[in-house]
Amino acid sequence: MEHPFAITLEVGTSHANRTGTWRVERPVYVDRLPPCNDACPAGENIQRWLYHAESGDYEAAWRQLVEENPLPAIMGRICYHPCETACNRAQVDEAVGINAVERFLGDLAIEKGFGFDAQTRETGRRVLVVGAGPSGLAASYHLRRLGHRVDLVDSAAKPGGMMRYGIPAYRLPRAVLDAEIERIFALGVQWIPNHRVEDVVAEREAGGYDAAYLAVGAQLGRRIEIPAGDSARIVDALSLLRSVEEDRPVLLGRRVAVYGGGNTAMDAARTARRLGATETVIVYRRTDKEMPAEREELDQALTEGITTRWLSTVDSFEGDHLVIEKVVLEDGKVVPTGEFEQLPADALVLALGQDSDLSVVEGAEHIAVRHGVVEVGPSMMTGEVGIFAGGDAVPSARTATVAIGHAKRAARAIDAYLAGGTRLAPERHGLASLERLNTWYYDDAPRSRRPELAAARRVDTFAEVVGGLNEDTALFEARRCLSCGNCFECDNCFGVCPDNAVVKLTDRETQAAGGRRYAFNYDYCKGCGICVEECPCGAIDLVPEAN
Amino acid sequence: MIPVPTPVRFYQVGSFAVGNRLLDPDQRTVQADTARTNSLDSGHRACQGCGEALGARYVLDAAMRAAEDKVIAVNATGCLEVFSTPYPESSWRLAWIHSLFGNAPAVATGVAAAMRAKGRDDVRVVAQGGDGGTVDIGFGTLSGMFERNDDVLYVCYDNEAYMNTGVQRSGATPPAARTATTEAVGPAPGNAFGQGKDLPRIAMAHEISYVATATVADLHDLEAKTIRAMAHRGARYLHVLVPCPLGWGAASKDTIRLARLAKETGIFPVFEAEHGEVVSVAKIRHKAPVVEYLQAQRRYAHLFKGDHSDVIDQLQALAEANIARYGLLEPTSAEAPEVVED
Ligand SMILES: Cc1cc2nc3c(=O)[nH]c(=O)nc-3n(C[C@H](O)[C@H](O)[C@H](O)COP(=O)(O)OP(=O)(O)OC[C@H]3O[C@@H](n4cnc5c(N)ncnc54)[C@H](O)[C@@H]3O)c2cc1C
Ligand SMILES: Cc1ncc(C[n+]2csc(CCOP(=O)(O)OP(=O)(O)O)c2C)c(N)n1
Ligand code: SF4
Ligand code: SF4
Ligand code: SF4
Ligand SMILES: [Mg+2]
Repeated sequence: MEHPFAITLEVGTSHANRTGTWRVERPVYVDRLPPCNDACPAGENIQRWLYHAESGDYEAAWRQLVEENPLPAIMGRICYHPCETACNRAQVDEAVGINAVERFLGDLAIEKGFGFDAQTRETGRRVLVVGAGPSGLAASYHLRRLGHRVDLVDSAAKPGGMMRYGIPAYRLPRAVLDAEIERIFALGVQWIPNHRVEDVVAEREAGGYDAAYLAVGAQLGRRIEIPAGDSARIVDALSLLRSVEEDRPVLLGRRVAVYGGGNTAMDAARTARRLGATETVIVYRRTDKEMPAEREELDQALTEGITTRWLSTVDSFEGDHLVIEKVVLEDGKVVPTGEFEQLPADALVLALGQDSDLSVVEGAEHIAVRHGVVEVGPSMMTGEVGIFAGGDAVPSARTATVAIGHAKRAARAIDAYLAGGTRLAPERHGLASLERLNTWYYDDAPRSRRPELAAARRVDTFAEVVGGLNEDTALFEARRCLSCGNCFECDNCFGVCPDNAVVKLTDRETQAAGGRRYAFNYDYCKGCGICVEECPCGAIDLVPEAN
Repeated sequence: MIPVPTPVRFYQVGSFAVGNRLLDPDQRTVQADTARTNSLDSGHRACQGCGEALGARYVLDAAMRAAEDKVIAVNATGCLEVFSTPYPESSWRLAWIHSLFGNAPAVATGVAAAMRAKGRDDVRVVAQGGDGGTVDIGFGTLSGMFERNDDVLYVCYDNEAYMNTGVQRSGATPPAARTATTEAVGPAPGNAFGQGKDLPRIAMAHEISYVATATVADLHDLEAKTIRAMAHRGARYLHVLVPCPLGWGAASKDTIRLARLAKETGIFPVFEAEHGEVVSVAKIRHKAPVVEYLQAQRRYAHLFKGDHSDVIDQLQALAEANIARYGLLEPTSAEAPEVVED
């Protein structure tokens, strides 16, 4: 028998060997819920809009963002950004500056005049929205885009609610506020100012509305009895802030004490400082550790020369000085010491919290009010069928972002209600926790800082304090995102498979656009799990084979 | 107030991941390209998570890119040959020839001579083998190939033992590691300290034009070195660390992680040398203690039964010696665009 000297084998012959049969576990692509998205009260898909921003397609990023929140330039300034607290990158170096990028996108949209996509249908159904704060505005936006007609009424002369009459202009310039509200109105929202709704059920009836959304906020400054002399000037923080907005600022004097430890107290103190109160002091019965105000807000106040008096309660106001009682904290409880002190002051500003004026539902027998707020179900509907409520007037954290989140949920529920059904909330993906990530792959990159107005220029103007990122820094910041739990097309899985069992679906021509992702070729995948381990963002699971 | 514009650098995963949709195609790795050769194709019979299969495809695909697809590969006996070409199947998508266990360098020399005789200086020769084939049985022919400066790139896929025949010790097996021939018994269990061969340094001593080490954990580095090696003529040597899940007793998913740890601990120095001098080193990015590397491998399991902290200390000392010899630790600082605050 003749043997050949050498053997040649055909190219591609190994394909006959289906190594996929060896597998006991299989990799599968998944989308997980990034912690930022999970934490955003407005339910923004942050990871997704950052994905667009990363490629420099800011318009696509903005459009993705406004799917959930129509006020990005505003939120990019005033939101307390719980997303950044939750951001996985916070545990790697520093959180992604989500809020700063959001503002950049919002400002760019105003500058370039981006408008919302027009609604594709008109249902002819009519919804009454009461209150034009962030919640009422966001509800109007979502309802209009769903094709419903919206009448937006407010007792105030201008729209914006607390964003206009509470939050000072040095944090939220009015041109920004007006631009984003204008854009919502341009969708065809019927804006009815100077109209106070006395009874929402009756007004819905009389107007023939198919549904109503109640977003009346918490507009009443809480007051307490403080024994005071005749000349003592006591004003509540909301009245002070409103007076500035209406260009008839309350006269305070040079020495002002602000009583309270929340964000309103910080704004009141910083406003007093700008009105000429060179000695402004925040008096609070606990300390900076317990205060509900954001640390950032306190730091800004301190930078502006405002001082603090922790562990103090106001006992009385004698006209040119306060009598302060020192207190101590015992197991978190405030305990008086009986030790008193004088604190010179020309005016006392009370910033002790806000209450909702719920006279609007007093006559409604099915609408329940508990602890000063309106009871609602998971879809934000009150006990009165077809009447929904949200924002500061319902039980929840009182922030503009929460108010916007309520509005979205309510608008979608109203839409379902008008169609004769109820809305089922989509199932949430599992969390993309840090343990799922392989952070090796991310470059070290310190966070970009927003520029700030020098302290000296903050004491006499209401000019904006915190500046925005420019395009370079915004792009840099967007690219710091780890894309937690969602494939960002890094090609790692495609590259690291020893068996060439990952197929890249993006073809060469459209590579730049991306978006088509990858697939497994289970004929050859042996289930080694390297791709799972080496996916930077944790977008692959390894699951047991059926048998 | 006005931030100073700075050129945007890419800070996501540009320098570490295989590719990225945001990078220019020429900044992505060869492996990111859907048109890569796939020199070693699907259907091969390597174990799950085989580092050698991965390393061979990485190197040869890059060599194919560098030589415009004109590469002949010469393969010594070993896993890479056995799992890729069980008759009548082949996983190779390039011209490939199997020699014997010990003569791949000599066969490659012959192939290179044949190409020269035919006037085909466009066809490039790559010889490859395992650590056993390279540092032990093929050592003589390799040294001859270096000395004659034959126009061959020799690539050693180092999985630190004779894996194909059941994990016997080679001259590249690290101290304390258990193999079938260095059992974890007696007063000094596992492979002995103070023996073995450091082939990259031996190659450097031949003063050939290019010597480099790399791992399967840093693809950008490995490809760059392959492409650089292909730009040289004459004898060149590339030594690639390729973890072996079977021989190392490691989880198949950990192949790349272990290669990364080998580099980040200092156990495996990653550098390149020209004409006998080190010209660059891959710095440690996040230094890891040697135990982290050892614990993930059952070939070191005996070090964690009873007190063997002295042995672990000795291994740590070897890593520190590498760090000192090659200067592997030097802080590199990330640069951020500056925002001027007024
Ligand atoms: C000083 C201050 C600073 C704040 N800073 C921040 C911040 O930085 N970030 C943040 O997220 N949140 C902040 N908040 C909280 C935030 O402003 C509120 O949570 C948010 O505005 C609530 O929105 P809303 O739409 O529910 O109510 P509102 O904004 O209060 O709006 C309610 C609207 O309803 C109208 N209305 C009320 N009753 C009637 C009626 N019967 N008929 C017609 N109209 C009526 C009111 O005129 C008002 O326009 C701040 C609040 C204050 C007071
Ligand atoms: C002359 C000769 N001796 C022994 C063998 C048996 N043999 C085949 S492969 C191999 C070990 C290969 O080890 P290495 O080169 O490290 O490659 P690996 O399998 O680890 O990749 C041995 C001993 C042989 N084929 N030829
Ligand atoms: S890194 Fe990106 S996706 Fe992950 S939590 Fe932070 S912002 Fe969200
Ligand atoms: S790396 Fe390849 S073989 Fe391994 S699990 Fe992933 S797809 Fe399968
Ligand atoms: S490894 Fe990269 S390309 Fe693959 S799924 Fe993860 S993010 Fe996407
Ligand atoms: Mg070997």
